[in-house]
Parts: sequence; C-alpha cells; structure tokens
Amino acid sequence: MDLHYTPEEEAFREEIRDFLREKLPPELAAKVRGGKRLTKADHERWHAILSAAGYLAVNWPRAYGGTGWSPVQRHIFDEETAAAGAPAVLAFGVNMVAPVLMKFGTQAQKDYYLPRILDGSDWWCQGYSEPGAGSDLAGLKTRAERDGEHYVVNGQKTWTTLGQYANKIFCLVRTDPQAKKQEGISFLLIDMTTPGITVRPIITLDGGREVNEVFFDNVLVPVENLVGEENKGWPCAKYLLTHERTGIAGIGQAKAALQHLKSVAGRQLKHGRPLTEDPTFARRIARVEIDLMALETTNLRVIAEAQSGGAPGAESSLLKINGSVLRQEITDLLRRSVGPYALPFLSELMDAETNQTPVGPAEAAPLAAEYFNRRKLSIYGGSNEIQKTIVAKAILGL
Amino acid sequence: MRFTLSQEQALLRDTVARLVRERFGFEARLKTLESAAGFDRDVWREFAEIGLLGAPFGEEVGGFGGGGVELMTVMRELGRGLLLEPYLASVVLAGSLIERLGTPEQCSDYLRPMIAGEALLAFAHGEPDSRYALEQVATRAVATSGGWRLDGRKSVVLHGGEANTLVVSARTAGAQDDEKGIGLFLLPCDAMGLSLHPYPTIDGLRAAELELDGVVIPAEAALGEPGTAYSAIEAAVARGLVALCGEAVGAMETCCDMTLDYLKQRKQFGVTIGSFQVLQHRMVDLRGLLEQARSMAILAAGRLDGERAERERAVSAAKNLIGRAGRTIAEESIQLHGGIGMTWEYALPHFAKRLVMIDHLLGDEDHHLDRFVMLERAASAAPPLSAVN
Ligand SMILES: Cc1cc2nc3c(=O)[nH]c(=O)nc-3n(C[C@H](O)[C@H](O)[C@H](O)COP(=O)(O)OP(=O)(O)OC[C@H]3O[C@@H](n4cnc5c(N)ncnc54)[C@H](O)[C@@H]3O)c2cc1C
Repeated sequence: MDLHYTPEEEAFREEIRDFLREKLPPELAAKVRGGKRLTKADHERWHAILSAAGYLAVNWPRAYGGTGWSPVQRHIFDEETAAAGAPAVLAFGVNMVAPVLMKFGTQAQKDYYLPRILDGSDWWCQGYSEPGAGSDLAGLKTRAERDGEHYVVNGQKTWTTLGQYANKIFCLVRTDPQAKKQEGISFLLIDMTTPGITVRPIITLDGGREVNEVFFDNVLVPVENLVGEENKGWPCAKYLLTHERTGIAGIGQAKAALQHLKSVAGRQLKHGRPLTEDPTFARRIARVEIDLMALETTNLRVIAEAQSGGAPGAESSLLKINGSVLRQEITDLLRRSVGPYALPFLSELMDAETNQTPVGPAEAAPLAAEYFNRRKLSIYGGSNEIQKTIVAKAILGL
Repeated sequence: MRFTLSQEQALLRDTVARLVRERFGFEARLKTLESAAGFDRDVWREFAEIGLLGAPFGEEVGGFGGGGVELMTVMRELGRGLLLEPYLASVVLAGSLIERLGTPEQCSDYLRPMIAGEALLAFAHGEPDSRYALEQVATRAVATSGGWRLDGRKSVVLHGGEANTLVVSARTAGAQDDEKGIGLFLLPCDAMGLSLHPYPTIDGLRAAELELDGVVIPAEAALGEPGTAYSAIEAAVARGLVALCGEAVGAMETCCDMTLDYLKQRKQFGVTIGSFQVLQHRMVDLRGLLEQARSMAILAAGRLDGERAERERAVSAAKNLIGRAGRTIAEESIQLHGGIGMTWEYALPHFAKRLVMIDHLLGDEDHHLDRFVMLERAASAAPPLSAVN
C-alpha cells in the first residue's frame, strides 16, 4: 500500500494548477464560488478555453482529440478545477453522446459530430425521460416511424436540462411498438432547429430555469441520424448511462463546497463567536468532512482498480449514492449556517449582473435555493433508489 | 388525560378547515405570491370576521380567550393550506407582546384594530449577528427629554414591510447579551429615521431589514417598563413556537398525504410505485415521524400556559423534533415524487420549502437542542422547589 500520488502525478497536478492560474477567468471563478447562475456564454467560454488547451475531452482517447489521461489524472484534474472555482463541464456532449458515437456511431457520424463537440459548434441535450417514463426508461412512448429517407418523430420528452440552449438533442425513440419494451427502441440524433420541435420551460422549486419539456410534432429526422441499428438503441442507452463518467461521486465539487461551508460558517456569529467554534455546528462539519474523506478514498480505490485494468462496475452506483447524499448534506449545512438569513429570496442576486441590494451576508443569497436545487442529485441520472437496486442485483446478487 | 378537542375547539378547527378548503387553493397562492402585498387581504378580512385574529387573546382586549391548544389547532389547519398571511408576525408575536405588556390605551390603540383586521403589526427583534439568541440585542434606546431615541439594525423581520406598527426591541442598559436591559417600543412604519427594505422569502412569505437611524419616539411609545422585556419576549416567542409547530404539523400532513397519493397513483414498470417495498417502508417512516411531530406539537401547546420552566422545556423540545422531522419529511416527499417534486408549478415542493424554512424561524433544531440541554442544566442546578416556595 502506498497512499501517495506518484511524482509524475504530482507534477501533473502542478501543470493543471498553472493552467488554471493562467487561463481561468477570475470573474468566472468568482461567479461559481458565489453560487451565481452561469449564462450560456459563461459555459461556452470555459469550454472554449479548455478546448484550446486540449483539456475539454478528458475521458476521450487521443485519437479523437481527447487527453488520453489515466483515471488518476482525470481525478486530479476534477479536483483542481473544482477547487479553483471552474465551472463544471457539461456532460451531455463530451461525456454522454460522444462515447456512444465512438462505440456505436458510423465513421461519418464520428467525423462530423466529435469535432463539433470539441469546438463548441454543438450544444447537446439529453432526450431520455418522458412524463410516463422516468425510472422506467424503457417505458418511453415517443414514436419514430420510417418514411423513406426520414424518421417522423412524434411525442414528448421532459426534464431536458438546458435544452433551451441546445441545438442538438439525442433521443431514445420507439421504432417498433410491437416488440418487447427494450427491443423496439432506437437512438436518434436530432437537430433542435428542425420544424415541429417546441421547447417549454419547467421552472424548478428554487425558481431556476434549467429544465424543459420538448415536444415533437411530425419532426423529420434523416435516417443517417440513427446511431447503431434500428431497434437496437437500448444497448446504446445503457452504455451511455453506465459509461464510467469522471467524477461521478462529485468529490471535487464536494471538497470545494466543504471549503465554502467552512469559510461561510467562519464568518457567522453565534453568541458572538464564529459558528465554526460552536461545538454543535463544528461536529456537523466534522462529520461531513469525515464522510468525504471516506468517499474520496473509496473513489480512489475504484480509480486505482480501473487504472490497473479492472472494469468499473456497480461501484459507480455506490459512488453516486454516497456522493449525492454527501453533497446534499453540505448544502444543508450551508443553508443552516446563515441562520435566519437563509430566508430572503432575492432571485436576481443569483445572477451576476444585478442592481438588487443584498440582504445579510453577501454569500447568503443563493444558499437556501441551492439546497433545494440539489435535491435533484438523488433524483436524476437514475435515482438513488434505482442505483440501490442495481447494486443489490449486480454486487450482492439479490 | 384527554387528547381530544373540546366541542368549542373542534368547532374552531372545523371552521378554519373549511376556510382553508375554500380559500387556500394552490393556483390562487401562486398568484398571491406575485402580488405586491404578498398575501390575500380578503382572506385576512375573513380571518377577522370569524374571530381568528383574536383567537389567542383574552376577552378583555377583544379576543377570543384561546390558549395554546387553540393556537396550535388554528395554525395546523392554516399549515395544511400553506398560508401566506402574516398570522405569526402580527397576531402571535407582536400581538402577544402588546397584550402582555400594553396599557389599556395601547391595547385599544394597537391590538383592537389588529384583531379587527384593520391594521397589521410586526415584531422586530432579530439582528444581523444575533442568529437565534433572544437576549442578543445591540440596538440602543437612549432616553431623551420627551421619550426615546433608537439606533440599530433589525434583520429578517417577518412582514415588517406590510405592518402599520412595529414592535421593536432595543437595549436601554447592559451588555449586548444581557437578558436585563431590553425594552420594547411601538414604532409607526413611517417613523422618521426608519428605513425599511422589504423582500420575499424563499418559502413565499415576506420579511424586511430595518435600519433605525436616530428614530425619535415619545415616552408613551414604550411597551411595558423599558429594560424588563426579556421574559415577555420569551413568552411571546414560546407562543410563536407553538404556532410554528402547529403549522409545521399541518404542512407535514399535506406532504404525507400528497406523497401517499402519489405512491398509489404513479406507475412505473407497469405497477404503482407504492407497490415497491422499499418505498412502502419509507412512507411508513414518514408517518412515524409525523406522529412524533403531532405529539410534540400537542405537548408544547398543552404546556404553553403553564409555568416557565416547563413551558420552555416543552417548546424547545418540540421545535427541535419538528425541525428534524420537517426536514426529513420535506426531503423524502420531494424524493418520492421524483422529478415532479422539483417543480414550481406543483404544490408539494412549496410545502417542503415551508417545512425547511420553519427551522430557520425562532431557532433551529441545533439552537433548541442546545437550549434544552441548558434548561436541563439550569433546572438541576436550582435549589429544590420546597426551598424556593
Ligand atoms: C433537475 C432534473 C434534471 C434532469 N435532467 C434530465 C435530462 O437532461 N434528460 C433526461 O432525459 N432526464 C432528465 N431528468 C429526469 C430524471 O432522469 C428522472 O427524473 C429520473 O429518472 C426519475 O424519474 P421520475 O422523475 O419519472 O420519477 P419516478 O420514476 O416516477 O420515481 C418516483 C420515485 O419512485 C422511486 N422509484 C421508481 N421506481 C422504483 C423502483 N423500481 N424501486 C424503488 N423505487 C422506485 C424513484 O426513485 C423516485 O423516488 C432530470 C430530472 C431532474 C429532476
């Protein structure tokens, strides 16, 4: 056993730190640290910076323009970028559709779409869920009927994250209604500007605008936009879901959030003393810190296993469950730390440009909203209940 | 022991329940949230008409003579409908202080119009650094020739922007955390030197920051003997805690009802999700918590009119348990609803938000846990009762 990073890995960490010092715009980092809402331009800007440095596609092979990094390097990169206050890279293009294209796509699809992800030409969103098909994804009903050189798509997707910014959506559609649930599904790439597509916002409980409903009314999709074979979309869908994503546990973000918690709580007073010195609150912080140490070590164990060729399996479900619960716990403590100042709801203060007068500590404004927003971590991407079922079946053999 | 409501109490409950059914629709609530006042004046008038605004006060001041149980009962029903109206701020907190400390003139000038639904009150006590500690008051009240001059800041004053009169605490003597030396003053909302910054809260209510910059008020504006208000504040806050516990129980009931309905109706994998044992057990846990919360709300309500030590122990215990149960019920009911539990257009998350935010009012679960320990310690350090009597 050796719990240290190798000298090469430490050197790599320095390299990433230098890059962040040089290239991460301080105003962007300040926005992320202050819990402000990021605009489309903010995301695009950061993606472009990463892309220019060759750091956008951390989990792609070099051949496609990726970094070819090892899992440990990816972990270090995650940790450093989160600690520096860099925006998280949006997963839909880089980490979701790209691996599916690499494995199941035609040469033409790879040649066309992958470079467009790297250079920011395309903003992808994920069209999996439907009103009647959430956890039971295979229950989806959106129809795609072959008509000559096109599929005609009709139906509705929902919960489409940042679909309002996207120009492309990857969808699961039903191409054979007669077949068994999983066997009549296809994986389609759809241009959001095609006539017949309507995007409607769903406002979330925190007042945010990040999810949408997407309606398809006789939308014509060229057959060459099919990925893999017709009716064989389910393996693509599952590959995308179980594809080992860097940072599924959100360690980097959890660490950054814990730092933020300590600094916010350090500036709050309880009986005239910093809240971090209050025994009750200090214990609460200590407990999440210990849980985070455990989770980080578990994560590193899984990564080391992957590094030495072991296939990451249902452990990623455990990481997702523990990671989401831990991050939710940290946002809980953040909202508690500001006491009564969790109450003011000044939505505009969550945007960077505003003339609204702050109330209470400057960093308090987004904390309660963020706590409510982070309830999603245990719901989306396969709810924690569904993850537990996967673990029960795949690891425990129940 | 009897845990059933008396006939009059049951009548009160049914009246409020009917009002809530008829007037507290969720669609209407979303609209009211956006309105300037942030609550429904017509509903408030109806509160006045059926005597709700006088429910906790003695008959001699125009009230209805209710105690803790009545207060809890009313608030529980209002909690089931997720009220936006300033009942806690105006009736329970500020109203109680005027009833307890006010002269007959003050009661008739300020309390009666409030009970009649003609004026609103708010209680401005918390300050930027006081967190939940009731004895922490930095705002100063300095005696002048004809009265008092107030300087300081008050934070997160519930419905401070809507009130006609503010009951403001300020220190006439002592250090910032002394129980002794705190006074209460009646301040018109348009007083010179007072600036008010109102804003919405994340659970849909309203609050305000107050700045008092050389506010001059006459001697008659003092409520009670200046410098001796602490125990009245504590008692009014105890009433506030009973009210919040009642409201939380009502909101928990709605959350549990909605979640149970959802489990019975939402289908995934060809069956209702309520047929999954893991969700059944989770729902059972929530019901268990709800029963615990109900019991604590009842206990606090029943002890509210008793002697101080017993009252404070019960209200702190209740607020701690209800803080914990409220958070769990809020989070779990969102989780069990899946994505739909995350949406603004749906009622459930608004109940969940209120439940979580109740923990940020009048002391959170940590504050009341610490306080419970402290009260225990104080009680065991005190000489036996026989020696005192
Ligand atoms: C903020 C947000 C963003 C999202 N972004 C996207 C996106 O970009 N693209 C996209 O396609 N989807 C997205 N989703 C959808 C997300 O994947 C679904 O919400 C999720 O799969 C749960 O489905 P559901 O909401 O229909 O809940 P349901 O499936 O109805 O589940 C309700 C509850 O029942 C539980 N449950 C269901 N089945 C079982 C079972 N068999 N055993 C035990 N418990 C069970 C669930 O865990 C949950 O607690 C997003 C959701 C949210 C909230």
